[in-house]
Amino acid sequence: MRTLLAALVATTALVTGAQAATVYPLDRATILTGSPFDFKVEFKSVVKPEDVKITVNGQDYKAVLGAEASFIAEEKGKEDKVLGSAVLLRGVKIAKAGDYKVEVSAGDEKKSVTWNVYGTQATPKARNIIFFLGDGLSVAHRTGARIMSKGMTEGKANGHLNMDVLDRMAFVGTSSTNAIATDSANTMSAYMTGHKTAVNALGVYADRTPNTLDDPKVETIAEALRRTTKKSIGVVSNAEIEDATPAAVVSHTRARGDKAEIAGMFYDVKPEVILGGGSAYFLPKSVAGSKRKDDKDFIALFKDAGYTLATTKDELAKADGDKVLGLFHTGNMDTVLDRQQLKKGTVEKFPNQPGLVDMTKAALDKLSKNPEGFFLMVEGASIDKMSHPMDWDRAMYETIEFDQAIGLGLEFLKNNPDTLIVVTGDHTHGVSIIGTIDDDKPGTEMREKVGTYADAGFPNYEDKDGDGYPDKVDVSRRLAVFSSNFPDYYETWRPKMDGPFEPSVQNEKKQYVANEAYKNVPGAVFREGNLPRSADTAVHAVDDVVLQATGPGSEGFKGYMEESDIYKVLVDTFALGAR
Amino acid sequence: MMTLLQHPVSRRLFLAGMAMAAPPLLTVRPVAAAASMLGFDELYGKVTPLGLQFSEKTKALEGKSVSMRGFMAPPLKAEAAFFVLTEIPMSLCPFCSSDADWPDNIVVVYLSARQTFTQANQTIEVTGRLETGSWTDPETGFVSLLRLRDARYAAV
Repeated sequence: MRTLLAALVATTALVTGAQAATVYPLDRATILTGSPFDFKVEFKSVVKPEDVKITVNGQDYKAVLGAEASFIAEEKGKEDKVLGSAVLLRGVKIAKAGDYKVEVSAGDEKKSVTWNVYGTQATPKARNIIFFLGDGLSVAHRTGARIMSKGMTEGKANGHLNMDVLDRMAFVGTSSTNAIATDSANTMSAYMTGHKTAVNALGVYADRTPNTLDDPKVETIAEALRRTTKKSIGVVSNAEIEDATPAAVVSHTRARGDKAEIAGMFYDVKPEVILGGGSAYFLPKSVAGSKRKDDKDFIALFKDAGYTLATTKDELAKADGDKVLGLFHTGNMDTVLDRQQLKKGTVEKFPNQPGLVDMTKAALDKLSKNPEGFFLMVEGASIDKMSHPMDWDRAMYETIEFDQAIGLGLEFLKNNPDTLIVVTGDHTHGVSIIGTIDDDKPGTEMREKVGTYADAGFPNYEDKDGDGYPDKVDVSRRLAVFSSNFPDYYETWRPKMDGPFEPSVQNEKKQYVANEAYKNVPGAVFREGNLPRSADTAVHAVDDVVLQATGPGSEGFKGYMEESDIYKVLVDTFALGAR
Repeated sequence: MMTLLQHPVSRRLFLAGMAMAAPPLLTVRPVAAAASMLGFDELYGKVTPLGLQFSEKTKALEGKSVSMRGFMAPPLKAEAAFFVLTEIPMSLCPFCSSDADWPDNIVVVYLSARQTFTQANQTIEVTGRLETGSWTDPETGFVSLLRLRDARYAAV
């Protein structure tokens, strides 16, 4: 410890007095052997090319990185503001594992970073990986799903979730390169590339230039699989397929909002199975419902590339061929509570959407036909999408559906033991279950009906039809779930039977104020927010995520791991560094 | 005070047009009198992931004066020539948040004259000439499929 502190002091002392340039990949980056990445140096000032000195492990950088970088005399920011000079070399590969110390200087600017280039074992441990990602999956979601789905008697769960039976686990740190806080882009990008990045970024380090598509790239797992294997790739989500989590499997952009470009990035990689919502970005702008600003027709392009198109649950069940593009909604797909019980949201418009279980089944059927194996990513997206607006009932039902999809994975594992199954969240929410809300407690004030400690008792959900979901969500004694953080809103203390909750709306000062649509719900109480007024909904928590895994390779998950470390286990399981 | 501004030339043209269309000395507002109500749930007939099709009612009202009730989304920028009318109040601002996105059934409103921004929680009724088909706003690049042109609105 003392040595470490001394070293830190020494490093800090070196930096002061000189301006520090920025080097991408950042210090302590971990890089798979043979995996292409972009090398960039950003100087804070305009420097002369002849003054730039770059060494790697004491050698001239060209010997190690394989080529000469281009020099950019002046990078421009917004309104043509000069940001400084830069050096850029795209598509660098390092074949040999080890530590690489990169030292950069120009004038009084200096920077030193060390990358760890890692290899993998020579032979794969598993043929298939199924990566289940519950967006925003927090501990309370698991607990709530277990209680609602299985019930509890005298303090013991009446049954286990599928995710409860996995063999190994790790706590995962989700922070981004620019903040302790995090979003679904940088987190999933870390899982899918092995590099941490900035909030909103996918498959790139976030550089300083305004262009969102020129940032230094790193390799995604889909690209690594294409480069080194003949495995099939599947991406399944009930969000728009261009949304951050599914996008991270294939994409490179500083801004997750570049959804039209992300649709094109899916086309570049062509995963064999693509199932989700978000067809609006596949349609040319001339078609009503399109969200593109150009005339590209990705439906036609995918069809021409040999894909079978499915737009409903029935079409998905019948889809033949090796490659399937299933787009079941122009936007995000509806939640299972809306699809199966309440018929709210957009279910009237899109009455025949498959659920996450249907999509996972279809994906496994297709992908398992490849004798070389597959990588499948399944996202339970609406756990997060319903947790932001604090619609806890929908979020819990989504967790149950996600868990049922995991059940299909475990069934597959029984017959295909050479499969690694990973179940994790990408970040957490500030959500907790604190007891029950009992309508039959005396009085009219809803807060007096909140039961805590012994007064909580047990909720009275019932699952008589055995489908894993409570037969009705608005029971008289239900879970009391609250968020640690919130905008101004009306707390209604009960499930939102008319559609997903929209707690706040924006006013003319761009501030979020309580949505008055809920003001007159009986018992509703105004809660003044504890977030900045710019926050539209509850935010992500910085708390660790719990990852669980089973199958060959899962022994790599233990203790505390950074999200970027998870990628090392995935590529080691497939031995992607051996080729 | 945030205001929405339509091009002054358009406003003059619109007023001239109104003067010609309206019988002399008529004091009621002719556009409002002639306007047909059109609900958000009536805009589209067939809806599938491969696109939306305008309803027969929408097609029949093309070019005619139409009134719609909805909510004004916070404007793209203070001096934008248009605003977006939504069926329910926007809980997220798609222009501000990369996570958010517009609903399918928005209507873009080009005002005939400057009007102040209304509260997000306030239902408004907008009356204007219905225009269908893809249109890219030249200033902002915002693509819309349904518009109310030469429009004005009032709180309901």
